[in-house]
Amino acid sequence: MQVEQISIFLENKPGTLQQATRVLKDANINIRTLSVAETADFGILRLIVNDVEKANKVLKDSGFQVSKTPVVAVEVPDRPGGLHSVMEAVSKEGINVEYLYAFVEKSGENAVILFRFDNPEKAIDILTKNNFTVVPGKKLYEF
Amino acid sequence: MFYNEEFETLPREALKALQLKRLQQVLQRVYHTVGFYKKSFDRAQIKPSDIKSLGDLKKLPFITRKDMSDNYPYGLFAVPMSNIVRLHASSGTTGRSAVFGYTKHDVETWSDLVARCLVAAGITKNDIIHNAFSYGLFTGGLGLHYGAEKIDASVIPISGGNAKRQLMILRDFGPTVICCTPSYALHLAQEAKTMRLDLQSFKLRVGIFGAEPWSKTTREEIEKAFGITALDIYGLSEVIGPGVAMECMAGHNGMHIFEDHFIVETINPQTGEVLPEGQEGELVFTSLSREAIPLLRYRSGDISRLITEPCRCGRTHIKMERALKRSDDMLIISGVNIFPAQVEAILVDIEGLEPRYQLIVDKAGALDALELQVEVSDKIFSDSGSVKELQKIEQRIVKDMQDYLGVEPRVKLVGPNTLQKAGDKVIDKRHI
Repeated sequence: MQVEQISIFLENKPGTLQQATRVLKDANINIRTLSVAETADFGILRLIVNDVEKANKVLKDSGFQVSKTPVVAVEVPDRPGGLHSVMEAVSKEGINVEYLYAFVEKSGENAVILFRFDNPEKAIDILTKNNFTVVPGKKLYEF
Repeated sequence: MFYNEEFETLPREALKALQLKRLQQVLQRVYHTVGFYKKSFDRAQIKPSDIKSLGDLKKLPFITRKDMSDNYPYGLFAVPMSNIVRLHASSGTTGRSAVFGYTKHDVETWSDLVARCLVAAGITKNDIIHNAFSYGLFTGGLGLHYGAEKIDASVIPISGGNAKRQLMILRDFGPTVICCTPSYALHLAQEAKTMRLDLQSFKLRVGIFGAEPWSKTTREEIEKAFGITALDIYGLSEVIGPGVAMECMAGHNGMHIFEDHFIVETINPQTGEVLPEGQEGELVFTSLSREAIPLLRYRSGDISRLITEPCRCGRTHIKMERALKRSDDMLIISGVNIFPAQVEAILVDIEGLEPRYQLIVDKAGALDALELQVEVSDKIFSDSGSVKELQKIEQRIVKDMQDYLGVEPRVKLVGPNTLQKAGDKVIDKRHI
């Protein structure tokens, strides 16, 4: 049920992000959503793409440090309290969120939130039990 | 002024005779007590009795840092451990440090030598000495301390670090002498400026600086900032510690090597050939009086030049210029010696890390700043891919560098294959 995220190590210097996006463009890879985590020296670009394997390969071939990280995608109605309801469910069970990011579906009715949980299996279990829609990777890549 | 006028002004003929006598004694002693020397002399087919003149010294094999680490920790000791009263250590070429023992007599000799240095700088029992060399395994702190007590001066054993507190003590305790690394002195001067302290109103009159190379300009800056005479001290733990050589008051022109205790040679670092005195080369030292670990023909790695012209201070001992260069890849970071190989050993020990790195040394204000760039390995990134994990690795590297080497680098993770292209393991941007 988890979604594969592409994580790319980027040095904090001009041009590195641009190099990564060029590689993806040239390989005709579409980015569904992304987020960047940064420190003073480096950043990690996190991407959900339409073709995980291909993205992984072309980035590696171009000399980037890349890894595939499992994350959990949850669909919530795009209205106040959407994210909160998920947080309430997982925090009650003592699950921590390392990071999250989100995007709104094309229909505009729902948002998809991507979570990196410290215990993803347990999180999926709890979310399913609480009738949340956990979106499988396959569906997400093809959105 | 002299601490030991007889020996410091011994006519050169007599000095040479004394050196030969002491050399022959030490050769006999190490040949029969230290397995390493017996083996190395036998291999070179030399008997101690073959050394009939000082000129014969060049027949003996050198001792290098590698020999020190091959015989780690006590393999080169010439006395039983029960006779050792002190152990100091310095960086080795690998993860191992080199260990130096001192007998009670060695501590006495060493204190006497440092006392000579202090007296050469015009210091007396009426002086208060602010000793900001680090106390500990490094020989700087305790070396100066014992020498200062030897001449009955008052010592403030402040050790290194904590500049604000140092300045308060310099102002309030009224020391007349300061001892530290030149870069630390400059750092104190800058700190004083930001604290709006008037260093000229302090009682300091002399500074003794060493443990790292410094330029003429740095000396002038220090002298001007503190209103003192700044003098140079030289030493290395392998030979004894600070007190191997000291600049006299006669015109900032070289440091006298105390030749009644050490023989100095200059060699071509590539060929090992002994060079005529006065030619630039690597300094090689032979300890004549050290009991615990007398090193014969130790290659210091310091590149310098000997000054043979008689000195008007009256000392007959030969002088050396400041050692501003090294024959090896040793780096001196704020007085701490490190080798790239040690950094490599630390990186290898951190699981998943590949030792693809580069050391960048620069000045941050007056002090040295070390940056360690390390490539992010596949292993580490594929295991985590998270900022937190990468930061943990950075912190681990910083901590291990502090714990093992005593330097605190700024660690910067960089992308794969970025350093290989750059080539050099070390980039030194400092201008000395």
